[in-house]
Amino acid sequence: MTIEEKQEKIVEEFSVFDDWMDRYNFLIDLGKDLDVLSEKDKNRDYLIEGCQSKVWLKPDLREGRVYFSADSDAIITRGIVALLVRVLSGHTPAEIMDADLSFIDRIGLRQNLSPTRSNGLLAMVKQMKLYAIAYSSKMKG
Amino acid sequence: MLNIEEIRSQFPILQTRVYGRPLVYLDNGATTHKPLVVLNKLQEAYTSFNSNVHRGVHALSDKASVEYEGARETVKRFINAPLVSEIIFTSGATASINLVAFSFGERYISAGDEVIISEMEHHANIVPWQMVCKRKGAVLKIIPVLDDGTLDMERYRELFSSRTRIVAVTHVSNALGTINPVREITRIAHDNGVPILIDGAQAIQHGNVDVQDIDCDFYLFSGHKVYGPTGIGVLYGKSEYLNEMPPWQGGGDMVDRVTLEETTFNELPFKFEAGTTNFIGAVGMAAALDYLKSTGIEEIGLREKELLDYATRKLEGIEGLRIIGTAPEKIPIISFLLEKVHMYDAGMILDKMGIAVRTGTQCAQPLINRFGTDGVIRASMTFYNTMEEIDALAAGIVKVKEMME
Repeated sequence: MTIEEKQEKIVEEFSVFDDWMDRYNFLIDLGKDLDVLSEKDKNRDYLIEGCQSKVWLKPDLREGRVYFSADSDAIITRGIVALLVRVLSGHTPAEIMDADLSFIDRIGLRQNLSPTRSNGLLAMVKQMKLYAIAYSSKMKG
Repeated sequence: MLNIEEIRSQFPILQTRVYGRPLVYLDNGATTHKPLVVLNKLQEAYTSFNSNVHRGVHALSDKASVEYEGARETVKRFINAPLVSEIIFTSGATASINLVAFSFGERYISAGDEVIISEMEHHANIVPWQMVCKRKGAVLKIIPVLDDGTLDMERYRELFSSRTRIVAVTHVSNALGTINPVREITRIAHDNGVPILIDGAQAIQHGNVDVQDIDCDFYLFSGHKVYGPTGIGVLYGKSEYLNEMPPWQGGGDMVDRVTLEETTFNELPFKFEAGTTNFIGAVGMAAALDYLKSTGIEEIGLREKELLDYATRKLEGIEGLRIIGTAPEKIPIISFLLEKVHMYDAGMILDKMGIAVRTGTQCAQPLINRFGTDGVIRASMTFYNTMEEIDALAAGIVKVKEMME
């Protein structure tokens, strides 16, 4: 599935909820289902600054594709991270760099996050793209 | 007894609905709402006497100056300061502390000297002192906080040396609600021959503040936390210090005579009020102080004690909830943690239920870290809150637990 197709799928999944409570319950479930990072990987190198909750993001490059694993100490944040990982993981650095993550707005996540919190969300996206840029230049080099 | 329904009708914003639910505003420690008398005063100021103070000879400027100086008189009476010239208007509590840290520091602090603050301080009463210590080569000494959220008074007594130049301590903890024994803290400082600054940002709105009774050398607060407008604050200082301290900022109104080579400065309080001050904010804040007086400071205190006791009982009954800060004397602030729920998750869900609380470090990272956590959930109440709102908070927390656990 392309990044675009994955986003469409997520928007469709969220469209069945018309109540914020259901939407958050869904996010919480996604958070609970996300594989945890090992304690060893929850270190400063993988920690993303700028979130009220702690977020760790670990990238891995295999056969030209970037695979992300991530974790957070807050469940709703884990749910949000799980969505980002699902959309961007397994794609090439170029695809990740070019991705327009419209689903965030479309499932009403951005409106539901206050500016400082949404900065945290933006910090996660920025970090994922930065890893893609770094891998991309490494692959060219 | 206060008529809470009548009081709430004086605060239009309390009728707001968020996400289709009635607003439950429990973030009064961050800022308080404004009663109609304040809003009307601001309207009156802009529509009937807006004109720069102390400058013009014309009628409006005169009227504005009279109102502004009247506001200074109101503040003086509210905190029982000896002299009206000892009341300086600033942009807020943070500016007041920065003013003292800078100007007092210039005059009295040099290399090797010591400044005492506490582990309980808001960042606004930490960072300005760190800055002056760095500039002057002075050392910061810290009064530790005990497990119940009170100051370690024994350790405080031991911190003084011949090099101690000033003590800066908060009256009330913004994160825990602890009311510090400021009279005793002041007496100990004075016994050591050291002046003291008290940060009243969280105290002024909850009870009587009498600076002569406390005998502190500096006291300060913000207008917006005492039901007044934002962008206005107060610094009270004893003239024996204020007269000795150099101006903080230069500009209009703070001068006596200016030539291009040299300037002589105006007398107190104008020496510390450079540029056009927020005179309309000052007038609005004075209206807020008058409102508090006429509502009854004692009744407000009693009401808030009831709210605190009720909320404490209610929250203590929730399994896995731990209250941080259990001092015997508190304002109605309750900071807490949930055993199995991250504070951020709780804050998000409570928000969706229309309940406004604050999550995070509360601008007091050293204090919060001392309790072994990165942040807390803070419910800060004031006299216009209701028991039903506390019930809504408790029910909200139970719902959060159901969703997360």
